[in-house]
Amino acid sequence: MLQLENVTHAYEGRTVLRDVTAELAEHRIGVIGANGSGKSTLARTLNGLVVPDHGRVLLDGRDTRRHAREIRRRVGFVFPDPGTQIIMPTVGEDVAIGLRGSGLDRAEIDERVQRILRRHGLADHRDHPAHLLSGGQKQMLALASVLVTEPEILVCDEPTTLLDLRNVKVIERTLRTLPQQVILLTHHLDSLVDFDRVVVMDEGSIVFDGAPAAAVAHYTARMERGATEAGGEPHLRSPDSGEPAW
Amino acid sequence: MVTVLGLYQPGDSLAHRTPAGVKLLVLFCAVTVVLVLGTLWVAVGGVVVSALLYPLCGVRARYVWRMLRPLLPFLALIVGFQVLTGDPWAAVRTCAVLGLAVLLSGLVTLTTQVSTMLALFERLAAPLRHLGVRPDRLALVLALTIRAIPMVTVAWQTSREAYLARGLRGRPHLMVVPVVVGLVRSAEAMGEAMTARGLD
Repeated sequence: MLQLENVTHAYEGRTVLRDVTAELAEHRIGVIGANGSGKSTLARTLNGLVVPDHGRVLLDGRDTRRHAREIRRRVGFVFPDPGTQIIMPTVGEDVAIGLRGSGLDRAEIDERVQRILRRHGLADHRDHPAHLLSGGQKQMLALASVLVTEPEILVCDEPTTLLDLRNVKVIERTLRTLPQQVILLTHHLDSLVDFDRVVVMDEGSIVFDGAPAAAVAHYTARMERGATEAGGEPHLRSPDSGEPAW
Repeated sequence: MVTVLGLYQPGDSLAHRTPAGVKLLVLFCAVTVVLVLGTLWVAVGGVVVSALLYPLCGVRARYVWRMLRPLLPFLALIVGFQVLTGDPWAAVRTCAVLGLAVLLSGLVTLTTQVSTMLALFERLAAPLRHLGVRPDRLALVLALTIRAIPMVTVAWQTSREAYLARGLRGRPHLMVVPVVVGLVRSAEAMGEAMTARGLD
């Protein structure tokens, strides 16, 4: 189980996570929040991509600060932009590279790659240049590339942000059928309806944590209130505020 | 645009099934023999045979032209120089040797996956391990270099479209900064993705 204990983190003096404590045990957990609310930084702490300035992130009691490599193997991560996740020239090669150093022989790697590509509708594209896939196919490739390593937990940071509605539905359906624990950061509130739990973040803190319907209602009300208070003035916190784009 | 990224042609021909190391050895031997023998007809015959190998290996014949086309300006320069120096047959022979080398190396590329070539490269670089160099890292660097080609193209196209959309003309230097910034951001994002996939 993933646990966050008093996690605080800052970028260039701006605090993006403030004393966050949570236990993430449910099978499907959604994380929502405005741009710059800290949700992507929170996600990055879960597999050791970001080590918090203060506090600890633990997976089954093991600290990301000391066991980052092992935790990254167990916690897969999907980014918003699928284009930057492609490492190898062809679809099959890109999936296979995650199995480097896994101890599997070539035949086993080929078999596993073929199986995952078939499951995600990419088997016919195995030898195609990965950078020529459509946006939806690229994101599916990114997902397959992570899932081929069989992580126990999958953290998805807005994986549908750059996709059209049809591909959003495809990715959502795929995530829904995975046996792994899924932690999904998204702006597509509809996709969280059947989740077990939804966390709402604002200003680097968890401001609501509960059932999807209540969480979405809380978040919507909060955003509407914020828009009213801003009086029509743009409220853009990223990246002009000095924090990274995530 | 012809790049190594889009060239691999899936297939089950003898060339596809032959190990990459053997193909490179055959390529090396063929070019060396033609160079050493040095006769015009061997060189021209080599080009014809190389071109015929394409369809025999399940690769569409139009790739012969796609391979030779970028070579044409250089061939024109060679022909011009050799004709001026009074040896047109030497021009034909030199062009034929170059054409043979390009066609055969193209065939190796068309029938070999990049990952297979990288695995070979990794094995060949294995002795460097004694000098503290990690061959797997070298292979990964090579893979990323190849991967960077379309990234640069995308960064360039994006900046160019933004430049044109804003009605700018005649000041292409304005695209340099956005291209560089785009590439740095892409490189950072890719580095993060690699770390997340345990490739750090």
